[in-house]
Amino acid sequence: MKSDALNISIKDITKTYGEFFALKDVSLEVKSGEFLTLLGPSGSGKTTLLMVLAGFTRPDYGSVKFGTEEVVLKPPHLRDIGMVFQNYALFPHMNVEQNVGYPQKLRGISKEKIKETVNEALKTVKLDGLGHRGVAELSGGQRQRVALARAIVFQPKILLMDEPLSALDKKLREEMQIELRQLHDSLNMTTVYVTHDQKEALTMSDRIAVINGGGLMQLDTPSAIYKSPNNAFIADFIGESSLLSVKVSKKNVYLGNTKILVEHSLKKNGDFLLVVRPEKLFLVNDNPTDCNTFTGNVVESIYQGESQLLMIKLDPDSHGDQILRMRIPNGTASLQDLPSIGNKITVGLKKSDSFLVE
Amino acid sequence: MTSTQKINQEGINKTELDQLDKKERYTLFGLTVPYLALVFGLIIIPIGWLFYMSFIGRDETMSLENYQRIWNSKAYLRIFKTTFQISLLTTLFCVLLGYPLTYFMSQLSNRWANICMIGVLIPFWTSLLVRTYAWLVLLQKKGLINSLAVDWGLWSEPIKFVHNTSGTLIGMVHIMLPFLILPLYANMRTIDKDCLKAAANLGATPTRAFWTVFFPLSLPGLFAGLLIVFVLCLGFYVTPALLGGGKVIMVAMKISDNIELYYSWGAASALGVVLLGVTMIILFIASKLVSIDQLGNRS
Repeated sequence: MKSDALNISIKDITKTYGEFFALKDVSLEVKSGEFLTLLGPSGSGKTTLLMVLAGFTRPDYGSVKFGTEEVVLKPPHLRDIGMVFQNYALFPHMNVEQNVGYPQKLRGISKEKIKETVNEALKTVKLDGLGHRGVAELSGGQRQRVALARAIVFQPKILLMDEPLSALDKKLREEMQIELRQLHDSLNMTTVYVTHDQKEALTMSDRIAVINGGGLMQLDTPSAIYKSPNNAFIADFIGESSLLSVKVSKKNVYLGNTKILVEHSLKKNGDFLLVVRPEKLFLVNDNPTDCNTFTGNVVESIYQGESQLLMIKLDPDSHGDQILRMRIPNGTASLQDLPSIGNKITVGLKKSDSFLVE
Repeated sequence: MTSTQKINQEGINKTELDQLDKKERYTLFGLTVPYLALVFGLIIIPIGWLFYMSFIGRDETMSLENYQRIWNSKAYLRIFKTTFQISLLTTLFCVLLGYPLTYFMSQLSNRWANICMIGVLIPFWTSLLVRTYAWLVLLQKKGLINSLAVDWGLWSEPIKFVHNTSGTLIGMVHIMLPFLILPLYANMRTIDKDCLKAAANLGATPTRAFWTVFFPLSLPGLFAGLLIVFVLCLGFYVTPALLGGGKVIMVAMKISDNIELYYSWGAASALGVVLLGVTMIILFIASKLVSIDQLGNRS
């Protein structure tokens, strides 16, 4: 099943509900064949944007182009794009085969051809042989696959997914993330995926568009978004991080009265937040070069399977009264070396891992 | 050790639990006794009595004459035919009027749907007699509709709306409509709106999406509604009696005549039994059809 993917260009899309801006001048390009994730908390506008792409929500103004064709006024049934709904929206009065064959039947394709394409689609989602099952007889994961098969059977050039994995349990969800990603690579469709799960977004996407408050906050590759978030919201939302209040004056950064080294240049003075990823911290004994060090008391030590989470209350005199979180992978330090509650420890953070957000 | 072995070993606990179990069962049964007594007193005994009476002939002895008369008499056959015709037509018009209305209501926001629902329910709660007489006032030769229409030149002679089949139908459709709308509306509200979105997304025009997705999913509600309407119509009395003007004679009216005019409880009972029997058969067939319908949905 190969088809030519289409790029999507979204320009200045705005949608208001009364006084409320669900989307505010959102512009973004989805490259042809790309897996792009719209990531944001609930109520951020990410689903509204997806509904604008599908044609179920008409924006107040703005433009949506599939390839070179303007589609913003096109009704949904003429857009020819696949979509997987959050609750799957399978037709309960049809069996698996009829559900998957539905779009083909609408396209006036011959019966044999429908059977052939339906079987192929079911095979793609690893459901071959279940065509005669009723929808009610399927498990959540199987329904998800049927919904996917139905969305790809007519080989659309664009595939939209609205939190398709949110109803599955964690283990199945993680399996499906990888499977969906592999499927995307083999189908060559431009995929726009909506989720509120940052880990899911990091796992699956070519690029992530972080949406909040109806606006696009940052659009970049998963690693770039993780490494250098644009603002405090993204730093907090994506991955785990401690945000420490710091002051910038005369091109120097101060945490309490300790000077902090940062990678990037500083343009203005004022209050900033230092983003500290818990896994980037390490225990130090001496004073290493090109590193920031923090001293404090361990107030909590939590075993979490693959790692140990430490909560460190920073020294109020030198760092200000703040809590720093640190993650030590289990197995790297012997049990005796692990600091226990009440211990005073010093941890280091490389200059290259230290960055500020507003 | 299996659980049964464990229970046997801890025998003391088991007897106590059994006793509690029993006590709970008796308590629950005790709670249903008033209702069971009510059903027995108000349904089982009267219907049994009805059966018994239907076999009592004119000479106060047991005989089949009441049933023989129904079977042999052309007049009775005609009455049953009328009853079914009127019931079928009423059901048909209820569906034709009620389905689009209910569909419209199901697509409204909750607030407007509730306002519409009040519009459906207020007449529903108004006395049947009042509504029937109201139609009489509206539809008769010198009634509101005829006089306005003649004044405005819509038609020159007053049209005979009441004291015939059309009057009966108008009144019955009006009174039966809520019985169709209520179950249908409850069903339509449960239809997942995303299913229609999915249909549109997959390429179905709104009309196509309606017929291939919405309509099949609304069938259980439609079927429940039209069954209630049809069965209620079969035993309907007041409206056909008043608006039919003696020209539309249905089974219920004949039953009343048999008692009031001829004091023939036996004949009336036999008619009642036959009507009950026919209704039961229809319900039985309908229940089979519904389950077949649901099977059909799956395969």
